[in-house]
Amino acid sequence: MNWVWFHRFGSPPYFYRFAGRWAPWFLGIASVLAAIGLYGGLVVAPTDYYQSDVFRIMYVHVPSAYLMMMTYCWMAGAAAVGLIWRIKVAHAVAAACAPAGVVFAGCALLTGMIWGQPTWGTYWAWDPRLVSSLFMLFFFLGYIALRGAIEDRDRADRSSAVLAIVGVVNVPIVHYSVVWWNSLHQGPTLMRSDGPAMPMSMAWPLLVMLAAYTFYFLAIMLLRARAEVLRRERGGAWLREELVRLELRS
Amino acid sequence: MKEFFEMRGYGGFVWSAYAIAIGSLLLNVWLARRQLRSARNDARRRIAMLENP
Repeated sequence: MNWVWFHRFGSPPYFYRFAGRWAPWFLGIASVLAAIGLYGGLVVAPTDYYQSDVFRIMYVHVPSAYLMMMTYCWMAGAAAVGLIWRIKVAHAVAAACAPAGVVFAGCALLTGMIWGQPTWGTYWAWDPRLVSSLFMLFFFLGYIALRGAIEDRDRADRSSAVLAIVGVVNVPIVHYSVVWWNSLHQGPTLMRSDGPAMPMSMAWPLLVMLAAYTFYFLAIMLLRARAEVLRRERGGAWLREELVRLELRS
Repeated sequence: MKEFFEMRGYGGFVWSAYAIAIGSLLLNVWLARRQLRSARNDARRRIAMLENP
């Protein structure tokens, strides 16, 4: 099998240019999908029989929570690749994931709390799903704090990579918490083996929002990874070339 | 229209959740762009230092 194409991403100039080319497209696709998904979720989807209109928070809550886990997996995967094969671009990608992770985790928790007050009668409960999600937010914040605390970039890369990999333990705990324990949080309703436990008119905007959030994550990760790659470069010929080209265009 | 914004009495909850979600996503784009700009400026300065020490 030919997988040489993958190695090219380890080269900073190739990655920098690739990210620069695709990030605006991903952001554009995310915006279009979000517009469709928001219209579907706020206008088209029928009012829920049990939860009334408060269920519409789901269209931003579920994608935030899902992307929180995806971002963590992506960050830990990139950190592991960087640690094992000593690829600098992989460390840059891992570092670029953490701020997005904070946003997704923060949004998932806050929108969940706002939904919890009218539905459960409380903003917060010491529930397995809620507590493990809060832990994931702390892992993202801890990862950023650890990177910030170590002056030497290579050491910061390696230490933070170990932290990211250790935190992977939390991913299945977040995901299966509603199945393993008797949780206040409702069980999975979309990704079920017997199909979504909601009518298609409610499910399609959620699927569109999930796609929008995924493209948003790719765009923001590439944007930040470009900055990280730049900071790791001393002043190679390709970097000069890029900066000159940028000045010519503006 | 008024009915749409009221969300059957849950307007405050629904709209505040959407404001937080969308606001933080947009803020994050702005922050990431600012980070890229500052990284570019740093790179420019570094290269200038290398060329004229």
